[in-house]
Amino acid sequence: MLKTVILGFILGIVGTVAAAYYVPVVDQHRESSVIAVAPNGGNTESFRINIPTDRIMVGAPKQAEPLPPGLDWPADEFFDGVRVELFKLRNSADAVIGVASRMVADSDAIEDSIEWVLHLPARGTFYVAMPVQTADESRRVGTLRAGTREFSPMQGTVSERWVAITDNDDIDAPDGYIELETSFVGTLSDDMTETELQEGAQ
Amino acid sequence: MIKYVAGLLFGIALGAFTAATLLYFNPLAARNPLSPLSVSNNKILSLNYSIVPNDSIVYTNNGESRVRPHPEKVRELWEAPIRHSEVLVTVVKDSRNDPAGIGIKFSSDSERTRIINGEALVDSAWHIHLVERGSLFVEQTENYWNFLRKIVLPAYWSTTNHWKGTWNANMTVGPRALGTAAVSGGTGEFAGLESEAVEAIHASAYSVLQGPVAMDGSLTIDIAGNIELTASDVAER
Repeated sequence: MLKTVILGFILGIVGTVAAAYYVPVVDQHRESSVIAVAPNGGNTESFRINIPTDRIMVGAPKQAEPLPPGLDWPADEFFDGVRVELFKLRNSADAVIGVASRMVADSDAIEDSIEWVLHLPARGTFYVAMPVQTADESRRVGTLRAGTREFSPMQGTVSERWVAITDNDDIDAPDGYIELETSFVGTLSDDMTETELQEGAQ
Repeated sequence: MIKYVAGLLFGIALGAFTAATLLYFNPLAARNPLSPLSVSNNKILSLNYSIVPNDSIVYTNNGESRVRPHPEKVRELWEAPIRHSEVLVTVVKDSRNDPAGIGIKFSSDSERTRIINGEALVDSAWHIHLVERGSLFVEQTENYWNFLRKIVLPAYWSTTNHWKGTWNANMTVGPRALGTAAVSGGTGEFAGLESEAVEAIHASAYSVLQGPVAMDGSLTIDIAGNIELTASDVAER
């Protein structure tokens, strides 16, 4: 009898340790990436944000109807030149895959800028800064400043443009969407470690 | 026969309990509280913020957590790919407690979490704009194992569903080799900056029903190069 209890005790320890090691505590849901290969190398990916349905927050001074309702934006004039927006982010198949922030700075002290951070929980995060001036009639183009995990070995550009939807009479249809298009190419350098390369490949 | 099955099951339960206790009290999971930046010769930029959701501009998660989104009607992150994520938008303050800018923190539970190693990992990124100065992006991996062990579980075990005390710890464990966060400058005076940072939590009250009640965070950023710091940037070290 004692031997059975001891056997069970050992099984209990081994089972718990094995479960703690092998059973994933976190399992992020993944949508298939919709990536196209660019003609001159690298790849392109398109993200979209439906307006107004994907807008989580608009932080700006003196809003008549703040979003979300009850938002308490700092009243201090110090923040008058800053506008912060928060969105849900979709892939080109219209599935929500992440969260994004857009920050606009209007200041006399530094150059005006628009910045995006796109956070995709299963893949990584990247940070883009772009000038306020549009590159053509509708599109702003910025450069990738930093990326994590899948985006860490990347360099390239990201463009934003507003696309109005005028041909949909459905009352719930979005007014339009913000399209973000990335054009990234991987960088290889002697400084990259094996681990960084593996993380980038995952 | 039934006696032996009962004995086996009792042994398994005892073994599982022993293993869980060893994991919980694992002394190897204790982290060195000393910040690697405390021995840096570079200038240090210190930014502070409140972790309490009601003190934030916006805090949102999947809506099922005990920590409720703020404001109440903010959109929740309920879709499957983002349901293990949360976003905090807050005013960041300098070391004199004056507003310095706006910070957005994105956090997602990490699939690299391994309880057996004493790791409850969170991949997080800060998007910070310091007014009239410029922007920064901070990428880090945080370990909340000791936070869960020392604050959250004791709050659940308490008859008042509340934890009170003093707990200070560095949360950042990577991605840099010394367990520091990676900082990239974006605009203004921080353009081109590549540096390191450490995030710490100073906790004094936690409630099972509300989450953090009195809890502050601080980001210590190593400023390499020729960036001029104001007197209020520099934290006492």
